[in-house]
Amino acid sequence: MANLIARSACAGLLPVTIGSVTLSEVRIDQMASVAPFKGKEAMVSEALKAACGIAFPAPNRTTSKGAARAVWAGQGRANVIGCDLPDLSGMAAVTDQADGVAAVKIEGDGAEAALARLVPLDLRAATFKRGHTARSLVNHMTASISRLGPKSFEIMVMRSMAQTLVHELTEAAEGVAARG
Amino acid sequence: MRLICPHCGERDRREFTYQGAAEILARPSPEVGNDDWADYLHLRENPAGETKDMWYHDPCGAWIVMHRDTVSHAVHGGELASEVRK
Amino acid sequence: MRIEGRGLVDASKTVSFSFDGRMVTGAEGDTVASALLANDIRLVARSFKYHRPRGILTSGSEEPNALVTTGSGAGAEPNVRATMIEVHEGLVVRSQNRWPSLGFDVLSINDLAAPFFGAGFYYKTFMWPRAFWEGLYEPLIRRAAGLGALSGRNNEDRYERAHAFCDLVVIGAGPAGLMAALTAARAGADVILADEDSRMGGRMLAEAEEIDGKPGHVWVADAVAELAGMENVRLMPRTTVTGAYDQGTYGALERVGLHKAAGGHLPRECFWRIVARRSILAAGALERPIAFPNNDRPGIMNAGAVRAYLNRWGVAAGKSVAVYGNNDSAHQTARDLMDAGVEVVAVIDSRKDAVVALDAPVITGGRVTGTKGRLGLEEITVVSDNGERQIKADCLAVSGGWNPTVHLACHMNGRPVWDEAIQSFLPKPGMIPGMEAAGAANGAFSTAGCLADGERAGIEAAKDLGRKAAKAKTPRASEAAYRIEPLWVVEGKGRQWLDFQNDVTVKDVRLAAKENYASVEHMKRYTTQGMAPDQGKNSNVAALAVLADATGRGIPETGTTTYRPPFVPVSIAAMGAGAQGKGFAPQRFTTSHNASVERGAPMIEAGMWYRPSYFPRPGETTWRQACDREVTMAREAVGICDVSTLGKIDVQGPDAAAFLDFVYTNSMSTLPVGKVRYGLMLREDGHVMDDGTCARFGAGHFVITTTTAAAALVMRHLEFVAQGLRPDLDVQLVSVTEEWAQFGVVGPKSRALLNDLLDAPISDETLPYMGHQSISVLGVKGRLFRISFSGEHAYEIAVPARFGEALYRDLVERAEMLGGGAYGMEALNVLRIEKGHITHAEIHGRTTAFDIGFDRMISRKKDCIGQKMAAREGMIDESREQLVGLRPVGEVKQLTAGAHLFIEDAPATRENDQGYVTSVCYSPTVQSFLGLGFLKNGRARYGEKVRLVDHLRGVEAICEVVNPVFFDPEGGRLRG
Repeated sequence: MANLIARSACAGLLPVTIGSVTLSEVRIDQMASVAPFKGKEAMVSEALKAACGIAFPAPNRTTSKGAARAVWAGQGRANVIGCDLPDLSGMAAVTDQADGVAAVKIEGDGAEAALARLVPLDLRAATFKRGHTARSLVNHMTASISRLGPKSFEIMVMRSMAQTLVHELTEAAEGVAARG
Repeated sequence: MRLICPHCGERDRREFTYQGAAEILARPSPEVGNDDWADYLHLRENPAGETKDMWYHDPCGAWIVMHRDTVSHAVHGGELASEVRK
Repeated sequence: MRIEGRGLVDASKTVSFSFDGRMVTGAEGDTVASALLANDIRLVARSFKYHRPRGILTSGSEEPNALVTTGSGAGAEPNVRATMIEVHEGLVVRSQNRWPSLGFDVLSINDLAAPFFGAGFYYKTFMWPRAFWEGLYEPLIRRAAGLGALSGRNNEDRYERAHAFCDLVVIGAGPAGLMAALTAARAGADVILADEDSRMGGRMLAEAEEIDGKPGHVWVADAVAELAGMENVRLMPRTTVTGAYDQGTYGALERVGLHKAAGGHLPRECFWRIVARRSILAAGALERPIAFPNNDRPGIMNAGAVRAYLNRWGVAAGKSVAVYGNNDSAHQTARDLMDAGVEVVAVIDSRKDAVVALDAPVITGGRVTGTKGRLGLEEITVVSDNGERQIKADCLAVSGGWNPTVHLACHMNGRPVWDEAIQSFLPKPGMIPGMEAAGAANGAFSTAGCLADGERAGIEAAKDLGRKAAKAKTPRASEAAYRIEPLWVVEGKGRQWLDFQNDVTVKDVRLAAKENYASVEHMKRYTTQGMAPDQGKNSNVAALAVLADATGRGIPETGTTTYRPPFVPVSIAAMGAGAQGKGFAPQRFTTSHNASVERGAPMIEAGMWYRPSYFPRPGETTWRQACDREVTMAREAVGICDVSTLGKIDVQGPDAAAFLDFVYTNSMSTLPVGKVRYGLMLREDGHVMDDGTCARFGAGHFVITTTTAAAALVMRHLEFVAQGLRPDLDVQLVSVTEEWAQFGVVGPKSRALLNDLLDAPISDETLPYMGHQSISVLGVKGRLFRISFSGEHAYEIAVPARFGEALYRDLVERAEMLGGGAYGMEALNVLRIEKGHITHAEIHGRTTAFDIGFDRMISRKKDCIGQKMAAREGMIDESREQLVGLRPVGEVKQLTAGAHLFIEDAPATRENDQGYVTSVCYSPTVQSFLGLGFLKNGRARYGEKVRLVDHLRGVEAICEVVNPVFFDPEGGRLRG
């Protein structure tokens, strides 16, 4: 019997390069939303540290070790990516989210300027540093925005909006590139 | 206009959804009469000046009681709804 | 006329553009205005109301006269100021509001009828008969008066919106702004310096002054170069800060590509939202004209603009120039012109005691009482103690004084204060939190004063930002004092124009006062003074001085009108940039999208989602044929439908069951693990909010569904309840809508289809109706729910979204082999109407559980949202409109949604209204049109005939009122 073929959220859309900006899909094979129950925050963080080497992140922060990382994903919640979760039953609500998002890396000299066209956030390097993340908007889409490096960011939106995300980022980058 | 999310700090107003006065948190018990229930649901103060109202910070999911001034437009800060009711 | 050796543009670098079809040669760095003047073109426009010939008054964005249309085709832009457009090769410029030509304009006849057209003319004249206003008067007036027109076509040009953040935004890059920016930036602050002009420097580019012994423009270039080299500084030329808003937010319009030919990806404009902790308003000052008779002819210009054209663009605005002013700054115009070899025929100073140290004919205590020249100034009449005399001149440079550009400081409703010394208004501190004015905007009119004030503001801003700015050596510059004696109006024969843009005269303002429009706000609306693109930048202070005089009050008491954003016109295209076309709203695509499109399905919008309408097959020529077939397929074989768009919320926690009991009307705590239950949610006011299913996965783990339309609303509501009303409950909510691709497998052959691809087969015993279980499908872990929206034996199968497309294709192929196939939204709708299932067409926000026949679903054993209010008398009154089914029984067989219901023989009028129709379809199963609707006391009226009337579409049909479940009312097929 044939197996089902997987298709990533941005299949056929990425990568693209516009001027100094490159967009590429971040492949996420493992991602779970972890939302600790009341009073269990420390326990969950300890369990994550023990199993994955990463603490439960503070608001607007990410934690990472090797391939494992945790991205704060809103009030009382983080997305844990790239590791096998410990058993958190009774400690946290855990839901699979690896297929729920479209994740795009935007990098290059014009990346911050392109995002400034779409994101109502202060993304200046001095205020939004590596290890920082924000729940905000990309034009009309709710998004998770994290700084990966001096000139690179990761954007996550709902999977169904992958095409719109790529369209928006492309148009913004085109405008930046055209300014020269 | 910029509002304050206790988690995310000062953010653009477009990230928020407005939901009316914070009095909505004082939900009466079912034993209370219909008149009081109608007051709770439909009757609001309309203060000029200091006001508390409900805002949802859509991207992070927090319900916030925002302390603002409707005359000066100052935004003093926000408290998490879950903390207010504790 | 271009003067060799003058100006900052290189006249050898020529640029040609067209003006009303005529080729005009300008120089690189010219504006349309400077290029036209360089070519001795003085007549540029016709006025708004009287079609008076008009020229160029100013050299900046406040220009009221020289409004033109640029470009051609869809992107042609009307009403742009010739003073702000930089010339570029191929630029097309056209004049406006004239026919057939600028030189000969038929409607200038209006000017002769002017005595009838004063303030309030329309209100007094076009009153009767009433019906004539819309049909006759208004179209006529609109044709006769006005400015340029839009192309009416979709503008394909690119525009942009962007966000910027900084410690300090400095508004204006004249001497004060540059000093402020330098001072704060040297102290380490993140600075944005925004300036409206294409070139930074402000008046230093327009004056023949020196700073620190260097020509002003050289000092500017050095300062700009230093700023450009600093990492913490962003220079934004061509950027007008248009508004000051709450919490340190500033709107700014950047002209990104307007100085180049349109096309490519370069945006025409960008609308910035700048968030700054502090701001410095260094926007300078605007010169004001004097209202003397016939002061509007082409060639009569502001004196500072005449200097700007000379010193910056090397252009003399006339060959024999007269200068007229009430303050010392006017003298400089004469000085600069004479220095450039231009003939100055008279310097007229209204002050008797003025000291004019110039080698030119000087008339002190003089006033200009009239002008001549039909299409351009030829002669002026001057009256002084020495009598009246005529002077030939083709240009009159006028200065009535300078108004600090206080606009932005007033955008939060603060009022500026009158300053007797400068005879104008000044901003006062604190009008905008965090904003400080500096330089001419703050009343410092000498260059030395501007530099010092800018430095002061920069130091203070840095201090407020927690940085220490070193006091540097303030550059040396002119300290020329500003002396002024008020002069607003000169009496004489002829109209004295105040507001050139709206053709408002001194007489109009006096008439307003006489007719008791004595408040400045009333006067503005009665006369239209201060409206339109320039918003009274040239006329406000003078107009209120006239009003103050006419009403016998002082200027401070008269006060100003309200300054509102934007400071300059902002195109809607720029403000709405990014929200046109695909940017209007995100598009949400299901995993089956490509497969549906490949099968020829027209995709329709459902909220932000795109869903297939129907799947046409060869031979089918209408959507109805496809829809009927798809319905029959699902009833007789098996149909496949993507239902991933329904909201799915994962509810977990020790108190998950208690939480769901509180938000649903029915009880979920009693639901066994492995089972699914239908659930109804109310709003607190007792009306239905949404419905869906609730599946239990464990003691503290549920997955609930919402309708597609209400997914976001329900999530926000549940979060509100969890955080705001029941923080005592330990529960976590997470949307899993996007994680799972979910497909309906519907029909008698659904189980056979599934058992062919499930790794472990199912049966009625292992998966009965309203059960669910975890599955493995072709090696992928998924979930299977035995639920039905169609009334058939049906399932919903869910897999992680990455496998969605593959599973969908596989399901449809298998269904086709079994005599079924994919079905779309049309068939989905028919299937649910046949079963009387509701959607948001029925639960539209005004219906109660009682209305839809679900009153008994509201548990009385527990408190829940909406329970209290739903039990009020009026919410359960038998006379309410209740959900019923409708079947046509008369000659007309068609039903329409939106139609209203009436007693069979009653007139179809509002007072006889008995209800309305919410959903209709043609049912191939029942072979009839079917309708769902709400009818007063409907459940007691089954069997009665009612008349359906659709006034809008002209449809009338007699219907029988029936139970809304048209098909298989016992539900045998669900379990079969």
